[in-house]
Amino acid sequence: MSNIPEQLRYAASHEWIKVDGDTGTVGITDHAQHELSDIVYVDLPKVGAEIAAGAVVAVVESVKAASDIYSPVSGKVVEVNTDLLKKPELVNSDPFGAAWLYRLKISAPAELDALKDAAAYKALIGD
Amino acid sequence: MSDPATLQKTALFSAHQKLGARLVEFGGWLMPVQYSGIVDEHKAVREAAGVFDISHMGEFFVSSTFGKSFLNGLLTNDVGKLAAGQGQYTLVLNEQGGVIDDLIIYRLPDDQYFLVVNASKIDEDRTWIEEKLKLPGGVGIFFSDRSSFYSALALQGPKALEIARALFGPGWPEPKRNEITSYSWNCQPILAARTGYTGEDGLELFFANEIAENFFFALLEAGKPFGLKPCGLGARDTLRLEACLPLNGNDLSDKRTPLEAGLGSFVSLTKEGDFPGKAVLQKQKSEGIKEKLVAFRAKEKGPPPRPHYPLFLGDAQVGEATSGAPSPTLGYGIGLAYVRADQSEPGTTLELEVRGNRVPVEVVKKPFYKRVSRASISTP
Repeated sequence: MSNIPEQLRYAASHEWIKVDGDTGTVGITDHAQHELSDIVYVDLPKVGAEIAAGAVVAVVESVKAASDIYSPVSGKVVEVNTDLLKKPELVNSDPFGAAWLYRLKISAPAELDALKDAAAYKALIGD
Repeated sequence: MSDPATLQKTALFSAHQKLGARLVEFGGWLMPVQYSGIVDEHKAVREAAGVFDISHMGEFFVSSTFGKSFLNGLLTNDVGKLAAGQGQYTLVLNEQGGVIDDLIIYRLPDDQYFLVVNASKIDEDRTWIEEKLKLPGGVGIFFSDRSSFYSALALQGPKALEIARALFGPGWPEPKRNEITSYSWNCQPILAARTGYTGEDGLELFFANEIAENFFFALLEAGKPFGLKPCGLGARDTLRLEACLPLNGNDLSDKRTPLEAGLGSFVSLTKEGDFPGKAVLQKQKSEGIKEKLVAFRAKEKGPPPRPHYPLFLGDAQVGEATSGAPSPTLGYGIGLAYVRADQSEPGTTLELEVRGNRVPVEVVKKPFYKRVSRASISTP
């Protein structure tokens, strides 16, 4: 049974975004970290990078494999979570909190409407 | 993943579900990739014991007084070296010397041979043997593919033998390294081989599908006091990689010979009988090997090596990784790669390309991990 916070929006590819004004904070869901298990390495985008919705923005590596992370919306990366470079295991222990991946300035707010709410994401993962 | 409905399931499928395994496709089979977690299971095997469902692997029987010469005409190693009850690692090659499959062959009593082959190669191996049976050398040879009737478990780790003794009781004929014995457990025959794919001591156990679930749960119960855990393919892969045991399809392929793979000690070029690919190997041996399978480790903290990442020396690509993972035992990235022979010496520094970036790696001696043998542990 995954944790699915109500206040977030979700992509079908298992990323979450928290919107605060025109800034979005992005991470991967509890369901995603559980499926990947044992996260050992995280590759983050460069601050200043312009990212399109659905483009590969980061890579999360478990013992088994490297998994691409897709940006839920378009925008410019304004901050990345460098704590994850030293402590990638935070993705397993606190996926919605300390293990946020990056913040971006949202360039096309309408894209948020295409994302799922908690109930729709819950249905997607069959929880 | 393919439609799960089309995948084959072992006789332990419902047992895996009861144990909460995560199931994935592997070589056409739906198999557990992990139960408690890859790192947790990996550590259990290194420190106590783990049990793996290997029922997807194939079981072939060859029996005949002419079996030895027939098999020596198929396999790279010398079957003639096997006494009854002994096994050896060996390979099946194509005419170009490339690897079709790697397997273990055991000589059972009464001129019977037992071959354990890779799951994804069962059909190819069988077809290939059946072709050879049609040739004059196949006269009088009885061959049977019993893969669909057999289940198998690998019990691996420093506590594996203690667990087997606890389960089977005092009458069990314990096999020595690379040996195989037969025993009756609850009136059902169990073949126990002292072999494995983890770098630890342990057993591979073969038995009829009908008793698979009962036997699996009895083994887990017997192993509980010893810290035995069910383990999936995820840990199996990191364990075998630390031990530098090659994975067919990754480190071995139909384009690579066993000499390039560093498996020359399992190839007899002097035995009687010509096996497919022998002439190519002889030529390669006399001319020198141009590319070799080496072990390499990451020199810095960074992204783990993965299969297909290219290796560079300056601007020149000198190789490609065939396996790679973060090593749970060692705490750094490890991999296997075919590299140009002049860059294959331990101590050579190369660069691995990961998503467009270069990270330094060093060629190291194989294996990454070697268990401490009991004999060398000094008593205080």
